[in-house]
Amino acid sequence: MSMAETEHKGAPLEPHHEAHQKTHPSDWTYIKVALVLGALTALEVSTYYWEKASTGALVAVLFPLMIIKFGVVVAYFMHLRYDNPLFRRVFVFGLLLAVVVYLVALTAMQFWTDGWSLI
Amino acid sequence: MADTAIHGPVAGETEHGPHSHATSTGISNEKLAMWVFLGSDCLLFGALISTYLLLRHRSISGPVELRDPANIFDIPFTSVSSFVLLFSSLTMALAVGAIHRGDVRRCRVFLCTTALLGSVFIGGQVYEFTSFVREGLGYTTNILGSAFYTLTGFHGVHVSVGIMFLMAMFVMSLRGRLGPDRAETVEIFGLYWHFVDIVWILIFTIVYLIP
Repeated sequence: MSMAETEHKGAPLEPHHEAHQKTHPSDWTYIKVALVLGALTALEVSTYYWEKASTGALVAVLFPLMIIKFGVVVAYFMHLRYDNPLFRRVFVFGLLLAVVVYLVALTAMQFWTDGWSLI
Repeated sequence: MADTAIHGPVAGETEHGPHSHATSTGISNEKLAMWVFLGSDCLLFGALISTYLLLRHRSISGPVELRDPANIFDIPFTSVSSFVLLFSSLTMALAVGAIHRGDVRRCRVFLCTTALLGSVFIGGQVYEFTSFVREGLGYTTNILGSAFYTLTGFHGVHVSVGIMFLMAMFVMSLRGRLGPDRAETVEIFGLYWHFVDIVWILIFTIVYLIP
């Protein structure tokens, strides 16, 4: 163990680190979030074995699961739930811009009517 | 990431206290830059995913059985890769938590674990790609192959770059250059790694699971 690491380990946290630690989720919170994500992923994978399900039904199940998992990772692992709202605005802006632009692009390329069937 | 000089308390100091540069927003410029980058990366992957959606059933060249992605993918194998990447996100979050608590050793363990899990994921991707090529689906076989390999290849490059950064931080911690005062560095990289994970969440659902 290096001298620097010993110093880091032995020294008490400085006030701003203590304040940040109080707003930071605990390890157990992260583990619980990971277990939830694992369960959702298992449910997603199980749809592979739903032989009689239509494409529309699979989309209706998989898309909400995908969005929930996306939101949970962004909120908890990426700390967006606890951080300054400016970070949320910046990321959501980019995300919404991408969604809108590419929905428009897919529509312009007749994606919804030309080969994509939900039923 | 730039070292931060120690200033006295000033107006507009960041939320990380007097040891960070004062900024006009009151938040870390480096962290904000990473969020802006991730927002822009959404546009990159949005383009790749929408291109894949448009082209995946439009192949007119190559063997007929290789024009439908459902005939090619090994969902159980890719599911394991998904769980591996998900678990790496957990270890990355635990690394960030550890460094904020001042536990450098634990942070180093979790950084190394995250890098190992990322490497396992990349190994799975390489195996998957080589098996597809062996079955006849190469990058230039048909438009499905081009779109698929471009999308998953870009994601794989993101993961690989992340692994390199993880190893760099691991070495920095071994040399005593990654302490609680550099916790933001680990946190900012953690944002990148989690973004790579959420992109895979999208790819796994849209590319692999939806028929």
